[in-house]
Amino acid sequence: MIGLYSPGRSLIHRAPVLMKLALLSVGVVGAGLLSDAAQLSVGFAVLVALFALSGVPPVRAWQQVAPVLWLLVIAAPLQVLFAGWAVAGMMAGRLLLAVALAALFTLTTPVTTVLDGFQALLKPFRRWIDADRVGLLVALTIRCIPLVADIIREVLEARRARGTQGSLLALAVPVVVRSLYAADAIGEALAARGIDD
Amino acid sequence: MSTITFDAVSHTFGERTVLRDIALQLTEHRIGIVGANGSGKSTLARMINGLVTPTKGTVTVDGLNVSRRAKEVRRLVGFVFTNPDNQIVMPTVQEDVAFTLRRRGLDSAEIERRTATALERFGLADHAEHPAHRLSGGQKQLLALAAVLVADPRVVVADEPTTLLDARNTARIQALLAGLEQQVIVVTHQLELLAEFDRVIVIEEGRVVADAAPSDALPEYLALIG
Ligand SMILES: Nc1ncnc2c1ncn2[C@@H]1O[C@H](COP(=O)(O)OP(=O)(O)OP(=O)(O)O)[C@@H](O)[C@H]1O
Ligand SMILES: [Mg+2]
Repeated sequence: MIGLYSPGRSLIHRAPVLMKLALLSVGVVGAGLLSDAAQLSVGFAVLVALFALSGVPPVRAWQQVAPVLWLLVIAAPLQVLFAGWAVAGMMAGRLLLAVALAALFTLTTPVTTVLDGFQALLKPFRRWIDADRVGLLVALTIRCIPLVADIIREVLEARRARGTQGSLLALAVPVVVRSLYAADAIGEALAARGIDD
Repeated sequence: MSTITFDAVSHTFGERTVLRDIALQLTEHRIGIVGANGSGKSTLARMINGLVTPTKGTVTVDGLNVSRRAKEVRRLVGFVFTNPDNQIVMPTVQEDVAFTLRRRGLDSAEIERRTATALERFGLADHAEHPAHRLSGGQKQLLALAAVLVADPRVVVADEPTTLLDARNTARIQALLAGLEQQVIVVTHQLELLAEFDRVIVIEEGRVVADAAPSDALPEYLALIG
């Protein structure tokens, strides 16, 4: 899940956030450009080395990457069918590499640091863009993921408790309604904390 | 203590009148507000920091008109909600407390220092870097309280802060609220929380029907609902 910082003091944890962001972009683009198995294995070797250097517990790393494997379980067979094993393997490898790099970034960078990074980055444009707002938007987006996940879980449980099955709509309506309520309440809490200007 | 004044305050939501002609001067250290569901307690409490603007009359905090100067008033008045999940904004405990101090012109060392002190005080220091949404309900309410008090408000308004908590956490939050130097205004259905308070206000259908020391006001309220 996004937003789960794994505390630590490694070189990767301490690297300046903008440098990390820049390297992440380079890494993700680079992963997309890899064109054969040899290059891919070099990519994975670098990835493993970086994770080892960060000292992030392997379980935490796995939790971040595992959801993508589900996507691959669905997408890879299609690729095999249409484009053959080699292409499918490369596609899966590049995707995995890119996601793992992004995971490494979120695991080693507290959100506050990202906000401060944004602020620094957007400084030249401050006449047009309110960096604080952008930062808040990012923070709230990250915050909302576990919140909506909880709501979905609760609605599913309530459905099961009442023994009702039903359409996707019957799931979507309460989830959307409750999410809107939560959004309202969060807006109010933000105002109470003095962040509404 | 601060002075919070309700001057001829009435409020309607559409056609429904939920508060009628409220006149109150709140100067005591610890004040409780009780009343039946839907009687208007939350609406009243929210007016103190401008979350609700009265349709008639004015509310002032230390002379500041809440509807005109909400931003300044909110720096004086901290608000604790029933459900701390809605109050938590940042992913980790420490960041959420520090978030309150953003935009206050403090340098990062000062923010860090004050955040650490607040976490220590509320027994959350060991959770500083944990995901906030994984805390227990009681810990989340402690976090909400820490995030409010780190800004050192003059008044703390809490709307049913212990309704979602078990007995032990209720006692803990109660003790914390009772021990605050700040003026505290608590809306609650748990009457035992208010025994030691200085003043209890009973609301019924949008009116103040009793306003006295808890030893007088609470029996009156019990008689009213009994
Ligand atoms: N935003 C709103 N729009 C319309 N009606 C509202 C709104 N908020 C509250 N009300 C109505 O105003 C009345 C008073 O609500 P309020 O939340 O102040 O009651 P309360 O005393 O806090 O009740 P409880 O003990 O259940 O929390 C209720 O009848 C409620 O339905
Ligand atoms: Mg209420």
